[in-house]
Amino acid sequence: MELKTFPQIGEKMYCQVLENGLHVFVVPKPEFQKSYAFFATKYGGMDMRFCLDGTWHDTPAGVAHYLEHKMFDTQDGNALQILAENGASPNAFTSSAITGYYFESTEKFEENLKILLSFVSIPWFTKESVDKEQGIIGQEIRMGEDDPDNQVLYGLMEGLYRYNPIQVPIAGTVESISHITAETLYACHKAFYDPANMVLCVAGNVDPQQICDLAREILPKQAGPIAEKDYGPAEEPQAAKPLVERHMSVSTPIFQLGFKGDDPGAGPGALRQQLTAQLALEALLGNSTPLYARLYREGLINQNFLYDYEGYPACSFLAAGGESRDPAAVRDAVLAEGARIGAQGIDPQLWERIKKGVYGGKVRGLNSFENICVSQAQAYFAGHDFFDFAQCCASIEKSEAEALIAAWVREERAALSVIWPGEGAEG
Amino acid sequence: MQTTRKQLLPGVAFRAVHTEKFKSSYLSLTFMAPLDAGTASENALVPYVLRRGTREHPDMESISAALDELYGGAIEPIVRKKGETQCVGFAASFLDDAFAMEGEAILEPAAALLGELLLRPCTQDGVFRADYTAGERDNLIDRIHSEINDKRAYATLRLKQLMCQYEAYGADMWGDETSAAAITPQSLWARYQRLLADSEIEVYYCGSAAPERVEAALRAALVGLPRSAELTQAGCDIRLTAPPEPQVFEEAMDVTQGKLAMGFRTGGLTVWEEEYPALVLMNAVFGGTSLSKLFMNVRERLSLCYYASSAVEKMKGILWVSSGIEFENYQRARDEIMAQLEAIRRGEVDEGELEGARRTVITAHLSTLDSQSRLEDFWLGQAAAGVDEDIEQLVSRLERVTLEQVVAAARQLQLDTIYFLKGKEG
Repeated sequence: MELKTFPQIGEKMYCQVLENGLHVFVVPKPEFQKSYAFFATKYGGMDMRFCLDGTWHDTPAGVAHYLEHKMFDTQDGNALQILAENGASPNAFTSSAITGYYFESTEKFEENLKILLSFVSIPWFTKESVDKEQGIIGQEIRMGEDDPDNQVLYGLMEGLYRYNPIQVPIAGTVESISHITAETLYACHKAFYDPANMVLCVAGNVDPQQICDLAREILPKQAGPIAEKDYGPAEEPQAAKPLVERHMSVSTPIFQLGFKGDDPGAGPGALRQQLTAQLALEALLGNSTPLYARLYREGLINQNFLYDYEGYPACSFLAAGGESRDPAAVRDAVLAEGARIGAQGIDPQLWERIKKGVYGGKVRGLNSFENICVSQAQAYFAGHDFFDFAQCCASIEKSEAEALIAAWVREERAALSVIWPGEGAEG
Repeated sequence: MQTTRKQLLPGVAFRAVHTEKFKSSYLSLTFMAPLDAGTASENALVPYVLRRGTREHPDMESISAALDELYGGAIEPIVRKKGETQCVGFAASFLDDAFAMEGEAILEPAAALLGELLLRPCTQDGVFRADYTAGERDNLIDRIHSEINDKRAYATLRLKQLMCQYEAYGADMWGDETSAAAITPQSLWARYQRLLADSEIEVYYCGSAAPERVEAALRAALVGLPRSAELTQAGCDIRLTAPPEPQVFEEAMDVTQGKLAMGFRTGGLTVWEEEYPALVLMNAVFGGTSLSKLFMNVRERLSLCYYASSAVEKMKGILWVSSGIEFENYQRARDEIMAQLEAIRRGEVDEGELEGARRTVITAHLSTLDSQSRLEDFWLGQAAAGVDEDIEQLVSRLERVTLEQVVAAARQLQLDTIYFLKGKEG
């Protein structure tokens, strides 16, 4: 196996591509009690239209998530239970771009890993089991519909995008999932759960070679065809709708302010765009900026104000949000500060500080195995290594962040999503 | 991993966990105040107002700049409730010295900044600044209001409030809106002085520095901390029995999914009892894991809900069940939850269920050793209870719990209160 070392941040990672195309990454952590394994496919809520073996398929919203629920079923019962009986805490999530299955355990790691690899790679659906899941997922969808944080994010997606399926709810709707059958699930599993479309990331007190051996033993020997995806027409730089509003039973208005970014592409450029965007956000409205202090002082934002960059296939955006009595005032202030930075640049002292801050925050994040493994899986799908962040971050110039702010933080690229207090359904 | 505990100053205990496995060092300082509806809002507000500015760093912007210079360190107000102790203070996380770009020390300036936030607030006319107090008071009121946003957490919060309305535990850790709204810079300053002088204080460190070095840094940071001769001690009132018939409360809101919460008394089974590990395991079998009776039956077998789980408060001696259901399934879900408890009481727990629950609980405890914040929270809970048992000791007790002990713990549970959050008519 190839060993990569990252001395600046005290990490190393074993890497191997198996004969079937699966990429395996192992981060040894001998001093920890637990080990963590993350097995993911590059298939998420936004991958609704794809071409396999020459045929285009249009699938209902929510299939990736539905599949995630049903993958735990095996011919012998439920993998969740078998893992839980070993004391492992297994779970899974579906994002817009990926579906990941994972467990954390302090004992019987190899046995647990075998179970993980086998239930994810061997589909087992029956009409009865698929029908029964309608109720459970229906409840989960309703819960999401009652969750203002969830709704305000989908409002933002609706504001930013015209075509990209990132705006479609990952779990689908009660109506869309009613069209999902065992056949749909088998077809999508075949299209996306091929080892060549997947990644296995492990951190903990483990033997890297043994992990590769187990993966070879359990998974298909050969790589299969990988589906081609379609995300609709290319997005314009402009936001689709400047303002999306709803009413829900919340106490204070909740908002998300977004700025549409560029297609991150694949390869190291995606990492550079991500880090540049995160530094730009820190310089624009981060905790140590004059803008943040002013908004906080004026009671326009509070401690729940959070911001980040998100990169997905064919799209990216900056988002900042929380609670505010006047979300439009926050938007206007951020736009004005963006224009000011575009004209005058970022204060050099502030720039040096936030570079230290972003670097330190990311290194502290390495305490979390979940963060390491999920980030490495996403980095691999985007074409780079997660641990390269330290070096890349150090090399980013102030002018790059200024250019990003000048290009993205503009009125025509902005969308504001607000959940106003008040009874009643969607407005 | 070496753990030590010693007295740093009168009424100031210092626990140090020495380990090199993390990239960061974790520091916390917590006032252990008796939970009381009359002081809860003020106590909760103190760290937030302190975090607004110090004499040296008079605004948040300059505090954030100082934290950025310390490689994006964080010092955040933290408010918790452990039994009937209201724990208010700061939790801080800093990059370990080994990863500083220039090889500079981060621990000492970080501890100094923590001490500065605690002891040298920016003042106006001898009390807290009026604008900082008003701003954070409004945030506190918003926080109290916003507890309603997460309906799952809100339903269990309401259950515990209603169940313990005549006990100190019924007070919310943020206090209530009326008392929060009445806070002035003067009243808050007086409360701050009482906390500084009268509260027992827990100081915690986890990281690569030797305990002696941390102790020196903390002693320097805490110079000037006043200490009374008489410190206030938090206690915990335990009700052994439930009313003969459970109290039932219903509230209606504009929601699409109902929330059913049920609260039980554990008949005096708490962290101080030898049988405590049996309660932990019983909770895991009942509703604490994805193998549990509630998960497997109420959710998986009957599809009655999206989630159904149970949890224990180890000092107060209460256990609660929380579930999300369709409104019309109220009675069925309630009956099924009780039927599952009855099954445990009859000893209908197979080997796989018991061992699975045991492995899950033990894994959760052992993996706490891998997380600085969870480990700190564990030790804070032990400090509140006055218990010194470490995780490995608790794990070895969990290994020895028998089925009979689990059944006995289940038989001690008495249903006290039911709370149902339902939709509005029409």
